[in-house]
Amino acid sequence: MLQLRSVGMQFGAVEALHSVDLDLAPGEVAGLMGDNGAGKSTLLKIVAGNFAPTSGEVRLDERAVELTPLSAREHGIEAVYQDLALCDNLSAAANVFLGRELSRRLLGVLPVLDHAAMRRRSAELFDELGSDTRPDDLVRRMSGGQRQAVAIARARLSSPRLMLLDEPTAAISVRQIAEVLELIRGLRERGVCVLLISHRMSDVFAVADRVVVLRRGRKVADKATTDSSPEEVTALITGAIEAA
Amino acid sequence: MLTVAALAGVMSLVSAPFASADNIFNISRNFAFIGLVALGQTAVIATGGIDLSVGSVMGLSGIVTGLVLGSGQPLVLAAAAGLGCAFLCGLTNGALVGYLRLSPFVVTLGMLSVARSLALVVSNNKMIHDFGPDERVVLALGGGRFLGLANPVWLLLVAALCAAAWFRYSRLARHVLAVGGNENSTRLAGVPVARVKLTVYVLSSLLAGVSAILMIGWLGAVTNALGQGYELRVIASAVIGGANLMGGEGGAFGAVAGAALIELIRNSLLLLGVDPYWQGAFVGGSIIVAMLVERVRRGSRTAG
Ligand SMILES: Nc1ncnc2c1ncn2[C@@H]1O[C@H](COP(=O)(O)OP(=O)(O)OP(=O)(O)O)[C@@H](O)[C@H]1O
Ligand SMILES: [Mg+2]
Repeated sequence: MLQLRSVGMQFGAVEALHSVDLDLAPGEVAGLMGDNGAGKSTLLKIVAGNFAPTSGEVRLDERAVELTPLSAREHGIEAVYQDLALCDNLSAAANVFLGRELSRRLLGVLPVLDHAAMRRRSAELFDELGSDTRPDDLVRRMSGGQRQAVAIARARLSSPRLMLLDEPTAAISVRQIAEVLELIRGLRERGVCVLLISHRMSDVFAVADRVVVLRRGRKVADKATTDSSPEEVTALITGAIEAA
Repeated sequence: MLTVAALAGVMSLVSAPFASADNIFNISRNFAFIGLVALGQTAVIATGGIDLSVGSVMGLSGIVTGLVLGSGQPLVLAAAAGLGCAFLCGLTNGALVGYLRLSPFVVTLGMLSVARSLALVVSNNKMIHDFGPDERVVLALGGGRFLGLANPVWLLLVAALCAAAWFRYSRLARHVLAVGGNENSTRLAGVPVARVKLTVYVLSSLLAGVSAILMIGWLGAVTNALGQGYELRVIASAVIGGANLMGGEGGAFGAVAGAALIELIRNSLLLLGVDPYWQGAFVGGSIIVAMLVERVRRGSRTAG
């Protein structure tokens, strides 16, 4: 469903991505790996519509698209960012529904926020994630894991077709990691496509069908996880092996 | 709110004229003009911005309204002209801050000077006290009373209630707070951040315009100095009322309570015989103190 065609991204003198091709099919989980600064987050942000690539094109269902955060959402693409992109001053529920607030009509005319419905729905989402996050808590007062749950719940709100996850397990406990991995498997079963960025080799080999490796902005490997091994991927990331 | 009540209690014991019906009537009317504008300022500050131009916008709106009235036009038309000017000022501020991402401080500081100078230009530095055929209506509107309260106070009460409901129930207000909390993630969430900012600056200016029109009715005349220095009192009201200058926090009743507190203290100082020249030091100092209190609160929170 998603195709990147020789996508490049230049930040001034820094070439964050160089002619990257990538194909993702529905229901496929791809693990994206690479060293710090390899360009993983940049790639994700291009697909999420935050950056327009400086060269190449992004295609959805065989059609070239120019994405913005809003249009990416409309195409069914949701992202969980590495820095989680939450508003600390708002409640968990407010963050989950940010930009997509539920309203009801007062006296049939005046649109007002439907706090109760948003609270209820967020509580359900947190429950499904096995998280103890409470909808009314301010994000400012939350643990890293709870924040992560808020960011993931937000991305799941609209039942996306493509889920982009940037280090979704970085801040959370072992038990919660298992929940997130379980969630990713659940998404795949429902035909959702997942692009998972992670530093944790075990996560990628546990849930991904494919592993894609970036090194200094170039794609150096793209193969089925069953045909690869953690050792090979480590060597690719560090450059001990040029490409595979 | 508690502080306001406490101070009022102390003052009524210390100073006999304080608790007189007349004095309370005056205090409430005086802070109504400020409180109204502080409601808009609170929304601006909640986005992490600031609107320094409100005092000058009051001056310009007041002068324009006065001039149109004086030329024999009905109040509706004059008010529309005054509010139209306020709207344009707000639109300019909002467009520059929202769409061109210029610093709110610099943009509205510029507008402070521009609007004041325009007020001078159009009034030709003359006082306007002839309000034409609708003079009675204008004076009654801003200077009159209803059920024992000055009309501006009624308007403030209604506006504060609306603003409180707005903060709690509107999607726009939710986005205002989100922008102040984390502008970037709000943008990533697909919220039209620039439009949100534009709206709050327009609101702020329009409220300044409304306040100015009431004020000329109360004063019975208008000079181009109308509203001079009010930006400070307005910002102080919002900040004392709990609006966080870093953005992301603020409520309607806080702004009103802040305006009330400032006016109370101002009035108390006068009644206690303190030289009125001290007022500027007091208002400015209170902004700084409010910031310090906020810092201490925040510091202890992150530490604890
Ligand atoms: N907005 C930006 N402006 C300028 N340079 C940027 C920007 N975003 C990323 N870069 C640069 O692009 C390169 C790739 O960054 P990117 O964030 O994609 O790496 P990453 O693979 O996600 O690393 P990490 O594992 O540390 O998250 C880096 O050199 C970074 O400094
Ligand atoms: Mg990254």
